[in-house]
Amino acid sequence: MPGITREEVAHLARLARLELKDEELDHFAGQLDDIIGAVARVSEVADQDVPPTSHPLPLTNVMRPDVVRPSLTPEQALSGAPAQEQQRFKVPQILGEE
Amino acid sequence: MADLIKLTAAEIAAKIAAGEVTAVEVTEAHLARIEAVDEKVHAFLHVDREGALAQARAVDAKRERGEKLGPLAGVPLALKDIFTTEGIPTTVGSKILEGWIPPYDATLTKRLKAADVVILGKTNMDEFAMGSSTENSAYGPTGNPWDLTRIPGGSGGGSSAALAAYEAPLAIGTDTGGSIRQPAAVTGTVGVKPTYGAVSRYGMVAFSSSLDQGGPCARTVLDAALLHEAIAGHDELDSTSIDAPVPPVVEAARNGDVKGMRVGVVKEFSGEGYQAGVMQRFNESVELLRELGAEIVEISCPSFDLALSAYYLIAPSECSSNLARFDAMRYGLRVGDDGTRSAEEVTALTREAGFGPEVKRRVMLGTYALSSGYYDAYYGSAQKVRTLITQDFERAFEQVDVLISPTTPTTAFPIGERADDPMAMYLADLCTIPTNLAGNAAMSLPCGLAPEDGLPVGLQIIAPAMADDRLYKVGAAVEAAFTARWGHPLLEEAPSL
Repeated sequence: MPGITREEVAHLARLARLELKDEELDHFAGQLDDIIGAVARVSEVADQDVPPTSHPLPLTNVMRPDVVRPSLTPEQALSGAPAQEQQRFKVPQILGEE
Repeated sequence: MADLIKLTAAEIAAKIAAGEVTAVEVTEAHLARIEAVDEKVHAFLHVDREGALAQARAVDAKRERGEKLGPLAGVPLALKDIFTTEGIPTTVGSKILEGWIPPYDATLTKRLKAADVVILGKTNMDEFAMGSSTENSAYGPTGNPWDLTRIPGGSGGGSSAALAAYEAPLAIGTDTGGSIRQPAAVTGTVGVKPTYGAVSRYGMVAFSSSLDQGGPCARTVLDAALLHEAIAGHDELDSTSIDAPVPPVVEAARNGDVKGMRVGVVKEFSGEGYQAGVMQRFNESVELLRELGAEIVEISCPSFDLALSAYYLIAPSECSSNLARFDAMRYGLRVGDDGTRSAEEVTALTREAGFGPEVKRRVMLGTYALSSGYYDAYYGSAQKVRTLITQDFERAFEQVDVLISPTTPTTAFPIGERADDPMAMYLADLCTIPTNLAGNAAMSLPCGLAPEDGLPVGLQIIAPAMADDRLYKVGAAVEAAFTARWGHPLLEEAPSL
């Protein structure tokens, strides 16, 4: 099994949208390596002809009649927003200048 | 007043219904107890004094009008801070939701209110329910009422500590890998993980959606059953909710009996890593069941040895996906929005500031396990293990009615002891995790104190899916026999706070 390097942890942090500090990268690299090392045993069954189970219940798509029902008001929906404007969530810029 | 806090939920409801005491008096007694001891225990993150008294007054008014009261009307309850409560803060033990006030009630919260249960407040928990000790709460740890320097279990340590400290007769927990049963075991209380899908997850902040399950915490098996019945049942707002009748758990709790039942002892739950006093009390429980007329069968579940590994791939994978919603855009904390940074940068800075170390560790672990090069080796294999564990349970339940084991390998460990060693911490849930992976039902109840440290030991009972009533039938029989042997409930041996 490959070990987890500090660079890999930095890459994972970017994928997970976590702006980790340098000392966290060092700390997590060691811990994640330990944990992965300990749990990698699951791959011992990978070759076997075992169907995977993703969920304890056989899930089916649950539909309801398409009827308009009362829901949160705009004020309620926006009540926890860090910033709002004109009954909308106000977010930082998403597209660059160019 | 003092004796009101020692009553069971069933006794409180009966006294209120008979007019011997008012719901307001009962609520005031518990609020006074919280005021007196919670500074030491820290079971609560938020106490809703006014709301609780208003609910209690409504119950008293209902009684005065001669209206029929439900089986838990006027009984105080401590609610894990993972369920949304309209108008009352919900933080999930995290800084990222500090001060957030949900605009809606979880289905479970609604059902508690409809049952006229008095919600005292929100209890402390490991951040996003990730942990086995309540040390991962962003708001500081909870102490175990048996010994305040020790952990009360996790992630629902606040809920179980509130019960053991007599701050509430009922509490609600959630169990993803053992977070109801493990705290129950180390605090000498009762905790039940119902069958997956039996209690609605709508409004319960999601950690690992295929494993999370809300359920009852109490000081007696009957109280847990009464609460189970109040919160269980189909919910059309939750697509994973089971649309079938709730098993007759209260009836089962009132008629505890194991005569003629086949009880399986799981061979894999013993040996290295198990505290001697825990095994001693467990073996005595096996003897007790035999004396009560059960047939004891040794059962081997060979795949259980892989359960912990599968869990620590599946749960972080689902958490890394679920926690993507904490993006600083629509609710919760926002950090670094100075007009120059992009939304993506603000999200990353906010998550860095708002999440604690265990949450970050699991988000990273999940991101790794789901990444393209490793998916088959880790997440895919973990799902195969899940199949094998389910098959182990199926074979076992062809031979026996219930399975039993210790709930935890050790008693409550000192706060801080395992904080820097994730793998050591994860072992606390060794015996509880297979049930979450398979989706069946399980209970923990007290079976004595470990001789070496005088701390509570939990007995775990496991039943097939949708046979939750078996837990209560066996649990009530064991509880009655042990209480007769001890001469009083185990919790009476806890030091006074």
